[in-house]
Amino acid sequence: MVKLIIRRLLFLILVIWAASTITFFIPRLSAKNPVRERFAELARSGGFSPADMDKIIASYSTKFGLDKPLWQQYVDYMSSIARFDLGVSYNKYPKTVMGLIMDSLPWTITLLLVTTALSFVIGNLLGAVAAWPRAPQWVRSFATPFILFQGVPPILMGVLLLFFIAFKLKLAPLGGAYSTGGIPDWSSPAFIWDVIHHQILPALALLLGSVGGWVLTMRGMGVTIQGEDYVNFAEHKGLDGYTIFKDYYLRNALLPQATGLALALGTVVSSAIVIESQFGLPGLGRVLDSAIRSNDFLVIYGVVLFVTIAVATLMVLMEFVYPLLDPRIRNA
Amino acid sequence: MSSPKTMKDSVVLQVKNLQVSYYTDAGRARALDGVDLTLSAGEKLGLVGESGSGKSTMALAMMRMIKPPGRIEGGEVIVDGVDLITISDEEMLKARLSKIAYIPQGAMNSLNPVIRIGAQMMDAIKAHQDQSTSDWVSSAEMEKRCKQALESVDLKSNVFKMYAHELSGGMKQRVCIAISILLRPKVIIADEPTSALDVVTQRQVMETIDRVQDQIGAAVILIGHDMGLMAQFVDKVAVMYAGRLMELSNVREMFTDPKHPYAQALIRSLPNLENKGVFNGIPGMAPALLQLPGGCAFHPRCPRVMEICKKQRPEPTTLPGGRIVECYLYPATA
Amino acid sequence: MASITLTQPEIYRPSRLTLLLGYLRRNTGLAIGLFILLVLVVFTVYGLATADLSDAYPLSVKSKQPPSLEYPLGTDFFGRDLYVAMVVGLKQTATIGFLAGAIGTFIGVVLGFVSAYFGGWLDLGIKSICQILTPIPALLIQVIIAGSLDKRDVTIYTMAFVVVLLAWMGPTLVIRAQVLTMKERQFVSVAKLSGMGDLGIIFGEILPNLLPFIAAAFVNQVFIAVYASFFLAVLGLGPLREPLLGNTIWAAQTQSAFFNNWWWWPVFPAVALVLILGSLAFINMGLDELANPRIRRAE
Repeated sequence: MVKLIIRRLLFLILVIWAASTITFFIPRLSAKNPVRERFAELARSGGFSPADMDKIIASYSTKFGLDKPLWQQYVDYMSSIARFDLGVSYNKYPKTVMGLIMDSLPWTITLLLVTTALSFVIGNLLGAVAAWPRAPQWVRSFATPFILFQGVPPILMGVLLLFFIAFKLKLAPLGGAYSTGGIPDWSSPAFIWDVIHHQILPALALLLGSVGGWVLTMRGMGVTIQGEDYVNFAEHKGLDGYTIFKDYYLRNALLPQATGLALALGTVVSSAIVIESQFGLPGLGRVLDSAIRSNDFLVIYGVVLFVTIAVATLMVLMEFVYPLLDPRIRNA
Repeated sequence: MSSPKTMKDSVVLQVKNLQVSYYTDAGRARALDGVDLTLSAGEKLGLVGESGSGKSTMALAMMRMIKPPGRIEGGEVIVDGVDLITISDEEMLKARLSKIAYIPQGAMNSLNPVIRIGAQMMDAIKAHQDQSTSDWVSSAEMEKRCKQALESVDLKSNVFKMYAHELSGGMKQRVCIAISILLRPKVIIADEPTSALDVVTQRQVMETIDRVQDQIGAAVILIGHDMGLMAQFVDKVAVMYAGRLMELSNVREMFTDPKHPYAQALIRSLPNLENKGVFNGIPGMAPALLQLPGGCAFHPRCPRVMEICKKQRPEPTTLPGGRIVECYLYPATA
Repeated sequence: MASITLTQPEIYRPSRLTLLLGYLRRNTGLAIGLFILLVLVVFTVYGLATADLSDAYPLSVKSKQPPSLEYPLGTDFFGRDLYVAMVVGLKQTATIGFLAGAIGTFIGVVLGFVSAYFGGWLDLGIKSICQILTPIPALLIQVIIAGSLDKRDVTIYTMAFVVVLLAWMGPTLVIRAQVLTMKERQFVSVAKLSGMGDLGIIFGEILPNLLPFIAAAFVNQVFIAVYASFFLAVLGLGPLREPLLGNTIWAAQTQSAFFNNWWWWPVFPAVALVLILGSLAFINMGLDELANPRIRRAE
């Protein structure tokens, strides 16, 4: 057991190392030096006190250390990451990158959790039913539109939803976390409903495309499970279709899907971020988007790094949940 | 190993003219082509034949578990007075396990890995709740029944709480046997229950089946191709070939004096301690079910083939003593 | 033992074409996917053969025209004939898709196979690298890469390259898993026993069985490539001059096309993209059935 934990932790560390290294090298690969240019541009436009400029340059020096030898830069970079110091945003100075992330995180997390959970439940159920020959055809055909939607990237879905439902039908707001002019008051149910109302379209945009993936994988899993002897024997025992579906088929097919959950979270994150910026939600997406627009490098890399670490950690955590669900692993 | 004579008089299973076909891209394969059988309570029938002869299809058809592209095309399977082919789907669900039970081949994977053994036994009883026993049975009562069943197959009652992966192959097989007797069915089909087991465990399992069958007075159909096992266990032997029943005799007669040429070839091919080193096979190959030879299915390989064998399928003839043969060598005496 | 002549009656063997069509009828997913793909291909090829391809670039024709007989898909703000733009865009998307897809699949097959077949440290190494790279959000990294590149360096080929960079792990792991199961299965041992050399086993026994999985991996890779390149383009990170589908939509978004009532501008590329990805998804589903015979239903 201890060996397992150590192995998983090692995995986590390696992922973090890989992600950090990748984000370290990318800006250095391009021929021109965007940082220098940016600073030159800044210097021309002014607006920063000399003291502030020094602080920013110092922070950037640590990250980019452009005058130091490469290996030195790498070491500095890695050590600052280990200290959870992702640097300072120069666009939103003096906010630190970590600070920006933390502020926006709750919004992103809610959106992600809700959509992933819903997507998982709906998708797997549909997939299970789609592979079940005794389910009526019309129920099984429910799966088809979702499979088709898989081809619609959330961004497009967002555009279409925005256009048809928000703009034409005026059923949902055009964006933002809550109605403009509203003062955040988390104790008032009206406010909470307002927030939820604003989350519906972005959630749908994410949901509709991701359900299809679960449907397909679950269907494949379902078919394999159906061929198993114990499902057959359950029928020999005279159990009715519903019981077999629930206890013999679903329970066994769902287990491997759980491992895919953490991975799914990782892929959904990228789309979620874009959706957030599209709908103007104050989550990580907006942070990343404005960073890309203003070339605020540390923020960009910080966000990517943070997301990677979060996903990897989740994956490792899932590995510990799995034995709780599968008695075969529990006792081994 | 024999059952009391008094039980032998009640007929519990009657199969009449059972026909099953599989429809594939390449055509129609007749897996069962008119099979007739009768069994009385307490009787043990061994069903033997090569791969593809139709024995497993028989089992599935009797449980009405033939799935597309297969189809039951005709015939009757009457268990305890009820024709299983014609009853509704719901009634068939109830009939399974309570009237006719099935012990699967290779129990390695027949038990649900994520539910405890006890739960798997209980859900079988629960599914038949308002039907098999007269009134509603409490959970405690059901649990008691399950544990009794476990004990009757020589397993400790703590198996009730275990998971499938904690049991050995032989134990899993015995759990399946226990499940099959939970509702005291009239007919038990054991589909090669010992092929995946070592010889010692085989004996254990067969003795268990024998014992429980005695206890509840069920009829057993043992499907397999291990003739030695048949010789030790069953009362009657039925030989199948290409979806047809070639011969049905009692075990002693089948081994000492088989009538059908195919049965004779089978018996002759059994390794003999006195004749070491001499192997008698059966020349030729079993026909593909997609295109059966006309007339008697065995005629291309039969050493005593006659002209009429090629043209018309022989009718089953009943010989003195109750033996049934499907062969022109034994014409029906009016 | 008397000699016996066996009578072999004539077997009805349906022609290959009949079997294929029959299968397609049952495997509707595959049929639909292939059909849509066929339509797209025909459209593109016809367009490439008949239209003046320079019209796909700005300042070629009258701008902001709604769909009409002269301009079947309308024109955009910059003066592109959107029909021609669609044709060229489809071709380019196909190029990226197939290029990245092929490379990704090839890497996956080679690495996955080598890893599983030879085992040991090699397997551990390859498997670990794949597993470690998987949690890294590929799309985000691609955003950074594309964003760091000089705008002039971004072409369809660099896009394909960027896309493949973090996509090859999937097929590697899948092929590896399949080869591992095959290694254990009887037919490989039998082949070895009958004296077949390693190469013979690889090409004669294992590869043929891998084909459905390789096909599925390829389709999947093409899907990922098209998706990722679209993702990048729609964020404005693609080769902006080219009429890639994503580019068109990005351009439409920046010019507030919907709100200016130039609906045709983003809608047609959107539909086209949905068709492409949808058809790939259906084909993938169909191949799923092919590889997993139990999903197949006869009759």
